[in-house]
Amino acid sequence: MQVQLSHPSRTVEVKGPKKVKDLLRELNLVVEAHLVIKGDDLVTEDEMLYEGDQIEVRPVISGG
Amino acid sequence: MNCIKCKIKAVIDLPRHNAAFCKGCFNGFVHDQVARAIKSEWMFGKDAKILVAVSGGKDSLALWDILLKLGYKADALYVNLGIGAYSEQSHAKVTKFTETVAAAHGAALHIHTVEQEAGAGIKELAQLIHRPTCSTCGTIKRYQFNRVAIEQQYDVMATGHNLDDEAARLLGNVLHWQEEYLDKQGPSLPASVAGFAKKVKPLFRLSERELAAYAVLNRIDYIVEECPMAKGSKMIQYKEVLNRLETESPGTKQTFYWGFLDKQSKKQPTATTMAEKDRAVLHPCTSCSQPTTAEVCSYCKMMARAKTAAPH
Repeated sequence: MQVQLSHPSRTVEVKGPKKVKDLLRELNLVVEAHLVIKGDDLVTEDEMLYEGDQIEVRPVISGG
Repeated sequence: MNCIKCKIKAVIDLPRHNAAFCKGCFNGFVHDQVARAIKSEWMFGKDAKILVAVSGGKDSLALWDILLKLGYKADALYVNLGIGAYSEQSHAKVTKFTETVAAAHGAALHIHTVEQEAGAGIKELAQLIHRPTCSTCGTIKRYQFNRVAIEQQYDVMATGHNLDDEAARLLGNVLHWQEEYLDKQGPSLPASVAGFAKKVKPLFRLSERELAAYAVLNRIDYIVEECPMAKGSKMIQYKEVLNRLETESPGTKQTFYWGFLDKQSKKQPTATTMAEKDRAVLHPCTSCSQPTTAEVCSYCKMMARAKTAAPH
């Protein structure tokens, strides 16, 4: 599945199916600092992601 | 995972509250947290005229959205810093939100453009006066928000600082034992002297992740890119450390910051209050009349240096 990342903006290919929390772990990203969006919908950590899903992992930290 | 309130499919889980919510119940949770913050810290009343400092980011736009939906009279001020494409994009996000959401509530947007007054964007201005960009930016924003709040007679100025911002700032102050800053780390700062607007942070009970989720769920179009000037900043480093701790031990950030607030509130009152201390050291700037500890305030000094240093 295609996963859109930010800072810097890029797309990576990740093999599915996979739970959201496992995707974040594989990408070495901290749960508390990210949201996972499937299509237009926000999804929880236990949601299963499949091949063909459009996924965005959005960082939430700002300069402050 | 299902919503703990209505049992339909959840869209967000909140480990620090041992909860998960659907969109409707999450919006209710967020609005309730803001209402509790406003009430518990005596921020403002139902009829107050509020000025929200907006940047185009998730926190400030979410704050404006929440206050309007809670029925408050809230206008906003956007400061265009002149950081090339980043400022153009953030300005566009604020304009879009004003037109599509805020205008329907009768709310207005004020705009201050740094380049118009200073003759240069924030980066060039900082170079001209030999000061770090983020500190130049802070001085300009604080000054302009206070100026507009006072001139346009707003009762209170609200900023989008969230739990992560306050916990990171507290960590920085504690790591460097900057005890003199701790008194001003509360979410509600009074208008201690004439010329200073009251300042409040109604989002201090909500985390950055919760506010980003609120923006996504409510289709608030905000600028996701971080400010190019803030890359590698100490605040971001502190936030990253706190988020690693939070992931391993949910509730760490709120225990740290709310615990600090609790301790501050139980402290024996000192002989002189913060307002009394302010009144003892602050007086009107001889150039612009905003309160300052010096003869001329740091904003006016900065503008004078910029005019002298600017190529003719």
